[in-house]
Amino acid sequence: MTKEDIKKVVLDIISEIAPDEDLSNVQPGVRLREQLDLDSMDFLDIVMELRKKHGIEVPEEDYQQLASLDSCADYLTPKFTGVGA
Amino acid sequence: MNTKESSRIVITGIGLTAPNGNSLAEFRQSLLDGVSKVKNIELRYIGKVHAGMCDYDPKKYQTRRELRTSTRAGSIAIYCSHEAIADAGIDWEAVDTSRVGVYMGTTEHGNVETENEVYNISQYNYDIRFWSHHHNPRTVANNPAGEVTLNLGIHGPHYTIGAACAAGNAGIIQGYYMLKLGEIDMALAGGVSESTQTFGIFASFKSQGALAQHEDPTKASRPFDSSRNGIVVSEGGAVYTLERLEDAKARGAKIHGEVVGYHMNSDATDAVLPNAERQQECMTAALKKAGLKPSDIDIVNTHATSTPQGDIQECLAIRAMFPVESCPETRINNTKSYIGHAMGAAGALELAGNIPAFEDGIVHPTINVDHLDPECALPQLVINKPEKRPEIRTILNNSFGMLGINSCLIIKKFAE
Repeated sequence: MTKEDIKKVVLDIISEIAPDEDLSNVQPGVRLREQLDLDSMDFLDIVMELRKKHGIEVPEEDYQQLASLDSCADYLTPKFTGVGA
Repeated sequence: MNTKESSRIVITGIGLTAPNGNSLAEFRQSLLDGVSKVKNIELRYIGKVHAGMCDYDPKKYQTRRELRTSTRAGSIAIYCSHEAIADAGIDWEAVDTSRVGVYMGTTEHGNVETENEVYNISQYNYDIRFWSHHHNPRTVANNPAGEVTLNLGIHGPHYTIGAACAAGNAGIIQGYYMLKLGEIDMALAGGVSESTQTFGIFASFKSQGALAQHEDPTKASRPFDSSRNGIVVSEGGAVYTLERLEDAKARGAKIHGEVVGYHMNSDATDAVLPNAERQQECMTAALKKAGLKPSDIDIVNTHATSTPQGDIQECLAIRAMFPVESCPETRINNTKSYIGHAMGAAGALELAGNIPAFEDGIVHPTINVDHLDPECALPQLVINKPEKRPEIRTILNNSFGMLGINSCLIIKKFAE
């Protein structure tokens, strides 16, 4: 799975969590909370959906790795490819 | 103590959703037209059951994102609160929200959300890593009232009143107390029910032999009929804006009615079986507080839930309280015959359905009575057809619940 694929996975999850948000112009290098109305419970939803849909576990100490789409892609790529999962 | 302590408390707005109407006008019309709308639904584990379901538009006052985490009871409370505020003609932007109290009656809360989470983890081999972090905020007992404060930006006190099926009245009584004490300047008070989403409520009534069954779901809830066989569980809500009379008058509010009498007491006899003697004491105490005699009451709205025993017990109490010899003008009706038992919302919803009688002078009937049970044959019962009266000035509203909780509320047509 490419980094672009992973960004799409994360955006799809966010579209379910925040269905009223316009996700067409999300900047990958900018923190998601600076662009979207997301709170801490929403980030826990992203963690839960990664677990449910993709079997990926994000430990609490790594939550900050989900700050932006780029950081999500960097952090999640090895997990999706099984390296370091 | 606030100097406004002795003020009179009035109803200035009503917001509601019932299986047969999403506003007071729609609901009232259905009650006059004999429209039930109870239907069959499929529920996890139990299958097909009769239920009263509401079709209000949840997106009217909540975003899709809010609805994703909201409970159904919270959503109903939010819808009804907004509708009540609109009905009251309140300029919400000008309201000091630290002086608004939210008091929602609930029969139960948390069953729906807990059942959903247990089912959810059953899909993941009961691995609790899949148990939602939303479970606690959804199931705390104050949830329906708290969701209203979040949605409307209310900073005054909020809590739910857990009072079984007496809760709708209990919510209104709590708002009344707090206004009288000067703790708040406006109450959003009433009751809500999301109980149609929990199989446990249906299954428990079924095990108790108290769940209604009929080939036509709209006829399943049939209080006082010889063939009644149990309760139809419904969802719904009714929220009232309550204010002190001088505040309501100062802003030129329309006044739906005045809360003049109330009482709550406990049977202390049985967890599920009602007690006619204590019900009678409850009504007597409410009348005393109102300074009224039984013959002053124009409408008695019964709690009767369509169970064989419960209806008879209430009729015993009402017959003793309102004998036709001394109360020939009093009329008796029942609203559950249309909408089923809206649990925590029942008292507040049923009262709302009768309040328009102050204006139109009509007593809505109890429907679905094909063969009146002789033990429920109260002579003043309005059966199957509405009855026009010269004037309706007083409504006595009964709501009783499990663990022997009784509530009685008396509302008077407003007069200076």
